[in-house]
Amino acid sequence: MLPTIFYIGLSVLLFVIGVCGVLLRRSTLMVFMSIELMLNSANLALVTFANQRQSIDAQIMVFFVITIAAAEVAVGLALLVMIFMRKKTTNIDTMTTLKG
Amino acid sequence: MELVIFVITAIVAIIGAVAMLISRNAVHSALFLLLNFGAIAVLYLLLQAPFLFAVQLIVYAGAIIVLFLFVVMLLGAERDEEDANPIRWQAPVAITMAVLLIGEIIWVLVRQSQDSLARVGSSDSDFGSPAQIAQALFTTHLLPFEVASFVLLTALIGVVVLHQRQS
Repeated sequence: MLPTIFYIGLSVLLFVIGVCGVLLRRSTLMVFMSIELMLNSANLALVTFANQRQSIDAQIMVFFVITIAAAEVAVGLALLVMIFMRKKTTNIDTMTTLKG
Repeated sequence: MELVIFVITAIVAIIGAVAMLISRNAVHSALFLLLNFGAIAVLYLLLQAPFLFAVQLIVYAGAIIVLFLFVVMLLGAERDEEDANPIRWQAPVAITMAVLLIGEIIWVLVRQSQDSLARVGSSDSDFGSPAQIAQALFTTHLLPFEVASFVLLTALIGVVVLHQRQS
């Protein structure tokens, strides 16, 4: 197997790209996709450490992360559709109802 | 050989992620994200996780991306974005913070790499097989498994309730 640091490095890069997506894009859909990318990079790091330590527990955890991500996407996209029907836009700057 | 596959897959994954980030059209972004998920699935195979490879393709590349594409096309929100960012200083600050974050992580990794990143134990050819995963999932991790089913049920009911109240 390759050195662990290769996979962790790739995971870090993907995570930071996801962070940039959350910070830079204004469409809620794009922010959502960037969050999925970050979840995926964390999964990659977990699978890497599972292989490095030859312990199955981290792979089980990735399985649960994928399950929760699926539930989160279903609820999140449903909320997004409702917000779009009310505001007619997905721009994140228009969602200021909770602003004090 | 393994290194060649890793490098090609890693480049594909990074290209997919960056293209998703800079693409103006949300449909293109979703498809680039699909490319990235596929590349990560290949990396799972390299890391002795064939079960997660299948789950990644079915759940992420299958279900989640289809859901994204469905919503983008349903809303017609492909190009619904950004004439000008109202906060002018946001982009440079965000990129600076991202570079700082990456530097910080690399610094920690380099400091730690001697002890905690070294390989532990020998490689077992049976490691990560569906049988081994099932063994752990239905014995040690049975309670989280049941809780996960409740979470999925809650999400299902939540979505139905959200859309019922509207009509």
